Amino acid sequence: MANQISVGEPAPGCKKVDPILVAKNVTRQFGGLTAVNVEHLEIPRGQITALIGPNGAGKTTMFNLLTGFDKPNTGEWVFNGHNLAGVPSYKVARLGMIRTFQLTKALSLLTVLDNMRLGDQKNPGESFLASFVRPLWKSHEKKITAKADELLKRFKLDAKREDYAAALSGGQRKLLEMARALMSDPKLVMLDEPMAGVNPALTQSLLEHIKGLKDSGTTVLFVEHDMHMVRHISDWVIVMAEGKVVAEGPPAEVMKNPAVIDAYLGAHANSDLGDVNIDDAKEGI
Amino acid sequence: MSQLNIRAGRKAGVFLGLVAMLFAILFAGVPAHAADDPSTYANSIAGTILNDDKEVKDVKITATLDNFSASAVTNEYGEWEIKVPKQGIYTVTLDVSTLPAGVSMTDKGGEVSQADLTQTNFAAVLFSLGKSTVQVQSFSDQLLVRVWSGLNFGLLLAIAAIGISLIFGTTGLNNFAHGEMVTVGALFMWVFYQGLGLNIFVAALGAIVVAAGFGLAQDAGLWKPLRKRRMGLNQMMIVSIGFSIVARYVLLLVFGGDTKDIGGGGNIVQLGPIYTSDIALVSLVICVIVLAGVALFLTRTRIGKATRAVSDNPSLAAATGIDVERIIRIVWIVASALTGLAGVLYGLQFQANWLTGFDILLLLFAAVTLGGLGTALGATVGALIIGMVVEVSSMFIPNELKYAAALVVLIVILIVRPQGVLGKKQRIG
Amino acid sequence: MDWLNILNLTGGELIGAYTAAYVLCALGLAMHFGFTGLLNFGQAAFAALGAYGYAIATLTFGWNMWGSVAFGLICSAAFAVVLGIPTLRLRADYLAIVTIAAAQALRFAFATSAYDKVTGGANGLSQFGEDFYSYNPIPEGRYPLGALDFSEKEIWIRIVGWSLVAIAAVVMLVLTRSPWGRVLKGIREDEDAARALGKNVFAYKIQSLVIGGSIASLGGMLFVMSSQTNQPQTWGTNFTFMIWTVLLLGGAATILGPIVGGMTFFALLMFTQGILEGLVNMGWLPFLDIAQVGQIRFLLVGLVLMLLVIFRPQGIFGNKKELQFNG
Repeated sequence: MANQISVGEPAPGCKKVDPILVAKNVTRQFGGLTAVNVEHLEIPRGQITALIGPNGAGKTTMFNLLTGFDKPNTGEWVFNGHNLAGVPSYKVARLGMIRTFQLTKALSLLTVLDNMRLGDQKNPGESFLASFVRPLWKSHEKKITAKADELLKRFKLDAKREDYAAALSGGQRKLLEMARALMSDPKLVMLDEPMAGVNPALTQSLLEHIKGLKDSGTTVLFVEHDMHMVRHISDWVIVMAEGKVVAEGPPAEVMKNPAVIDAYLGAHANSDLGDVNIDDAKEGI
Repeated sequence: MSQLNIRAGRKAGVFLGLVAMLFAILFAGVPAHAADDPSTYANSIAGTILNDDKEVKDVKITATLDNFSASAVTNEYGEWEIKVPKQGIYTVTLDVSTLPAGVSMTDKGGEVSQADLTQTNFAAVLFSLGKSTVQVQSFSDQLLVRVWSGLNFGLLLAIAAIGISLIFGTTGLNNFAHGEMVTVGALFMWVFYQGLGLNIFVAALGAIVVAAGFGLAQDAGLWKPLRKRRMGLNQMMIVSIGFSIVARYVLLLVFGGDTKDIGGGGNIVQLGPIYTSDIALVSLVICVIVLAGVALFLTRTRIGKATRAVSDNPSLAAATGIDVERIIRIVWIVASALTGLAGVLYGLQFQANWLTGFDILLLLFAAVTLGGLGTALGATVGALIIGMVVEVSSMFIPNELKYAAALVVLIVILIVRPQGVLGKKQRIG
Repeated sequence: MDWLNILNLTGGELIGAYTAAYVLCALGLAMHFGFTGLLNFGQAAFAALGAYGYAIATLTFGWNMWGSVAFGLICSAAFAVVLGIPTLRLRADYLAIVTIAAAQALRFAFATSAYDKVTGGANGLSQFGEDFYSYNPIPEGRYPLGALDFSEKEIWIRIVGWSLVAIAAVVMLVLTRSPWGRVLKGIREDEDAARALGKNVFAYKIQSLVIGGSIASLGGMLFVMSSQTNQPQTWGTNFTFMIWTVLLLGGAATILGPIVGGMTFFALLMFTQGILEGLVNMGWLPFLDIAQVGQIRFLLVGLVLMLLVIFRPQGIFGNKKELQFNG
């Protein structure tokens, strides 16, 4: 089936029409265990890409490697024209590639508003010497506060503006973390299991927010176990198993791919993955 | 026999003379009045001339300061004394021509010495005759001696370090009060062995039991309740610092601040170029046996295996039916007993006071950290490295800096391998 | 018991020069631990470097007060950088052990006789305050303050000490309420999150270590200036733990906390010591002698530290919500 994302037929490691991120030969070993071994991977620009795979497939490790939180044994990758191999995580973030974490990292003892303000990357007041001279950063602070308020409103957190982040519910913290990531207008947002632990009542609005990101021109890459979500919002799906990319393509096709079904648990081989929540499946074993 | 008595008597005489002189200094203190009668001068310089442990008589010694000069000749006991009128730094010279034939100074120029009388009224001056009795050891022999001491000290540290490591592994606590368990072991050894005069092994056993009891009480009274409150680990670490201060000063109040001689030095044993004591040898053997015992305990016994399981993952261990609190209690007892043993052995070899444990605490932490926090094997390897560094480094740097050298090595190794020598890296995220 | 004397001595501690010195060190530690989350157990080293830096610059180089202060600050800043580069990437508990180890190693180096021409070895250094006291505008004499009686030097050092505390407090207030301070708090809460938001965590930690260390080194200079003696044994681990107790008593993530914590703590210590000495003199505590009362002082430090962390980790002024012990 033809698609507008890949060059030619979708296959593991296939070329994309307009990739924002290209990774080559990325490997990471823990002791004798190879956690990640990706020969070639491209993430399409302006699309929502899902990274799925069973537990221990190396998804989070891949996230850590791409964002500079972990160092690969081999490999290099280019993001938006910048070679990122060996670049520390904070510089990766400054280049416009912002990630969130599987276990939410809301800064508990900062207010929600301060959490948001911290997401900004251009605040002159964050430099030591300038911090003494209020006029240097006062106007910028005002600007980012306005932006933060706007985002908080969009994520329905405006009522919690002055609360400590510790006072938020798990789902609200996920929202806060995502909203905070948007403060710097990133080019690529990487979400590690945005749905995990989120109250089902909130999932719909989270999905809308992610779709909204795409509409505003931001590329999204996310790791998720919830196949519902994957099927509904992603434009492209990459499947990892045992550290390798085993399949990729548009969601509808990938879900039918025997390699993907193989990669997941045998017990559910006969059912349509789109209807199975893998978390439930795991608990069944 | 009679000669011995005479010598003893003479020594006592010298001693009494010194005491008398001290009293004179304390109670008189003021320079003498009759300046022209040398026997009334308040300050004196004295010494004994010996050659190969035999007294040398009729040797002339001269003391000079500015224009003043006075001489004395050694008596039949080799003793000489020169009374001088005022305080100052005197130059004291031995007249080499008055030495018996065949006797000469050990070092060239050794016949000139100084007597510092600026602060006191009495100074002893020693002249060294004959062949040097201080043997100059070759570098390799010195190294051998240091390595031996390093091995001995390292094994001792290892036993206490395993204690820290076991507790850290099972509870996550960096216990700053661990040093006080070493002190408890050493000081109770002093009570039982020197104070009550018990047999050395009975006394050691008693001290170890006290240390184990201290550990058990500590866990039951302090750490278990804090674990129940789910207190953060860094918070617990600061509590342990407070507890260590309290324990240390209680020990000071009870035992006083003086250093206790516990083992009395033991008998000297020679192994090639190494002079060591029988206590050190026995201590080394005990250390090796105990370390092997701990290894067997951890790998072969049910409780040992359960301990490792709890270290690995407490919640998983609990889920498989292991009583985690019971294991932690056993670990506290075992760890404190081991640490108490380390204190006993340390005290027997090096003396001890209320600060003994605290002094080596950082070396213990260095050992555990070097090995990678929380593994018993790592702690042993780390302790051996630290022991070696401490002892061998003193060949190249001032002795007071040998502990500092170990701490610097710790910092340097952590730069290269933040996870320790045998530790594994952790995953983020 | 001489209650008046005890109360006078207690009151004297509130404005004491040593109290001000400890407060400065605790303010520096608040920057490290309270605002950045760094478990620094080597604060004594920063104070020692200030004191030694000042004394060595004066005695060995013959510099004046300003040059000596600058040299002390440079020494502690250099130490912060040298210590920070390898250790600030470590886990919090490793950092604790490494900082305490570094402080001890440094103290051994100060005490060794190998460099005693410069450091004075185990005896330390003395008589380096001439230039400092030459700035004293107060005429020579005795000045009564309530029942206490101060010399012109004692008043001068108190004025300078508490002025330094005020300046340091204002600087820290400005810093911690700026966006820069917000980044520090973000790092305290979760450094990986801060990294993911593009903050150069390492650079901020070094800055925090240098700033807090510099404030502590001023505390160290002040500490040795009142008696004009600087001995290596002053800068042992007890010094560091005393600072921790002061900090936690007041509240780690506050500015007022270390100040009031320090005053309260030393006043309380003096008060208990006075009462204990009184009881000993009255023969009510037959198992203690006067020398041991001084030892009980340290015992109390340990006890207060323990009880605070267990029962009131946020300190007197800390916000219960903003107490932060990670992990």
